Amino acid sequence: MMETTLTINGESITATVEPRTTLADFLREQRRLTGIHLGCEHGVCGACTIMVDGEPVRSCILYAVSCDGAHIQTIEGSDTDPVIVALQASFTAHHGLQCGYCTPAMLFTARDIVTRLPDADEDRVRLELAGNICRCTGYAGIVRAIMAVLHDRRAKNE
Amino acid sequence: MKAPKMTYARADSVAQALALLAEHGDGANVLAGGQSLMPTLNMRLSKPDLLIDINRLEDLAGISVEDDAVRIGALTRHAAVQRSPIVAEHLPLIAEAMPHVAHVAVRNRGTFGGSIALADPAAELPACILALGATITVESVRGRRDIAAADFFKGLFETERQPDELLIEIRIPCQRPGTVHAFMELSRRQGDFAIAGVACAAETDGETVTDAKLVYFASEDRPTLAANAVAAIAGKVWSDESRSAAMAALSEDLDPMDNLQGSAAFKLHLQRVLTGRVLDQAIERARAA
Repeated sequence: MMETTLTINGESITATVEPRTTLADFLREQRRLTGIHLGCEHGVCGACTIMVDGEPVRSCILYAVSCDGAHIQTIEGSDTDPVIVALQASFTAHHGLQCGYCTPAMLFTARDIVTRLPDADEDRVRLELAGNICRCTGYAGIVRAIMAVLHDRRAKNE
Repeated sequence: MKAPKMTYARADSVAQALALLAEHGDGANVLAGGQSLMPTLNMRLSKPDLLIDINRLEDLAGISVEDDAVRIGALTRHAAVQRSPIVAEHLPLIAEAMPHVAHVAVRNRGTFGGSIALADPAAELPACILALGATITVESVRGRRDIAAADFFKGLFETERQPDELLIEIRIPCQRPGTVHAFMELSRRQGDFAIAGVACAAETDGETVTDAKLVYFASEDRPTLAANAVAAIAGKVWSDESRSAAMAALSEDLDPMDNLQGSAAFKLHLQRVLTGRVLDQAIERARAA
């Protein structure tokens, strides 16, 4: 067991963690942050994507102990993140979710797209979304929702 | 889908990592990005006694130009390589390959050195560094040594790196004038394991291909340098005939293995198609230059 300190959604937490515990399992089981969803547990489906030190990562293939000192943002701590809030409203408006299982992770990937690639077109959005699987196959709504936020952000910057 | 119990050590210096590797050797796994290692452990395909976490070894991360070569530290994240203006300027082959290396979230964590050390036969970067004639530096308590990429990849997930050695950096010669790079890959979904792929560094004036390195991945147990396909076109003016000759000769170079991504025959067919396309693109780029 190892003592590990993480800043989780703005709060500094020190916990004792087994080295083999993934960040996803630690956050879900010890911190009850169950907005992190586990689909495949080997980095293929993307459902466990969260933000670590400002970048989207797969929390199922990261050890909690290896993230000692990191800043973690999950969907539960994103109500004050204006980009996530805008994306959530857009997902609602454009039918960007069906069962919702992939949605928290989709939002973080979408956040990365709109902040890193402000000029992205629809083809690029689809390419960047390739790492997140929606088994309802509701991609059309997700792409529309992201494109709408991209257009809004461009309009505001003009 | 949970990793087995294991001991974990976070290395604070290269010397400490090397001492741990010297002590534990085969029983230890180096944890860098972990983007391939952790799925392997989650599926219990391997069971190390000790994980040596090198993520704090900042000295091993970074990209610089030294003596006409780009030096990429082993711990440099894929995302940093993809963003690097040095890579874009001097290693267009690597820049073109990076979007195919898994997905964004994986590239944010996975490392350049990790991909080389793992030697997955479907991986892009081993093929690229072989095509570019890179040199790999490894270190152990016994000392440092350089290994040519041509000598590094020994088989399925097997490399010349010994169990007590840590991969330190990869030095890749900068693109020279008169050489063009092109990279192509086919996969079901961008970022997934390749069905077929090729890295090409060709010496051409846009008319004649003087020489080329064609390296195929996602086919054999390691990246494969095709000599016969290149011999079929070397010194000849690029034409429909020479394209056909290269595609035909590829069966003497490549004997793909069946896997989940496709049968051997399917892969050979796709690699032939890519051979024609990648050389067409190299010629086109040489003409545009």
